Amino acid sequence: MSEAVTGHSIFSIEITDPSDVVSARSKAREIAAGLGLGSADQTRLATAISEITRNVIQYAGPGGGVCRLFDESDNEWIRIRIEVEDWGIGITDVVAALRDGYSTGGGLGAGLPGARRLMDQFDIQSHPGCTKVEMSMIRRRHHG
Amino acid sequence: MRIPILRLGNILLTSIQVDLTDEDVMLFQNDVVNEVSRTEAMGLAIDITALEIVDSFMARVINDTANMARLLGAEVVVCGIQPTVAMTLVEMGRGLLGAQSTFNLEQGLIVLRQRIVQRADLWAFDDDERSRDRPFNF
Ligand SMILES: Nc1ncnc2c1ncn2[C@@H]1O[C@H](COP(=O)(O)OP(=O)(O)OP(=O)(O)O)[C@@H](O)[C@H]1O
Ligand SMILES: [Mg+2]
Repeated sequence: MSEAVTGHSIFSIEITDPSDVVSARSKAREIAAGLGLGSADQTRLATAISEITRNVIQYAGPGGGVCRLFDESDNEWIRIRIEVEDWGIGITDVVAALRDGYSTGGGLGAGLPGARRLMDQFDIQSHPGCTKVEMSMIRRRHHG
Repeated sequence: MRIPILRLGNILLTSIQVDLTDEDVMLFQNDVVNEVSRTEAMGLAIDITALEIVDSFMARVINDTANMARLLGAEVVVCGIQPTVAMTLVEMGRGLLGAQSTFNLEQGLIVLRQRIVQRADLWAFDDDERSRDRPFNF
């Protein structure tokens, strides 16, 4: 894994308890505001994080996971990258999991596809023992 | 964390002021449905003006709560959905919030009162009909 392009980590939280989902999303919103994202984007980002971290609580088992935020912004772009990693059973069929309505947990199956639509980049790597969702929001800075 | 439920005549009013965990959201649903049943409220207003983040889970529970209260016999409105929340929910996929909404609590109460009055009118209209063969003991 290349560390050169990961930007610097600005926040990290363990996801083991339902209250961590609340902490992660509210902190993400605060950070997004601090980095200059508008209120609609703050809400989009926080909502996407809420969906992905809830999945950790629901599916990853007692080991839980971790949610990390990275600031990869430069002069021209605001770029926030999120990593949510867990060490649970993994997603059996990632392609299916990204479809609207697919759920093995009796949910709406709206979480992953919804989060993907809210973000600009979205990627899932999963096998038994490790699931990693990486997603970014990228906005051009308004100068002046 | 319990959300207070206020009673205004035949209307129940509840306002979510803080970000809730999933468990608290379920507790809220349970409390609201039980209170509607216990008080036989004719209207229920759920105010979410203060919520800045409503994800698919919370949206579903609010929807379900509205449907449950309606099933019991109450008119329901969801009040004060923030514009950023509306954008996010619609962008995420098929309308995740489906309950009837109003801009704010004040409008919500007006809508509820109108609907309750309409219903009372209907009842007065077919009162004879109803008294002839009631399926239940109202
Ligand atoms: N971290 C994870 N570990 C294992 N499986 C997962 C994980 N995240 C998602 N999944 C699988 O992907 C499916 C789809 O997830 P998604 O969040 O889209 O829907 P859901 O959680 O089932 O329902 P909703 O999020 O709408 O309440 C899940 O039902 C589950 O099978
Ligand atoms: Mg989910």
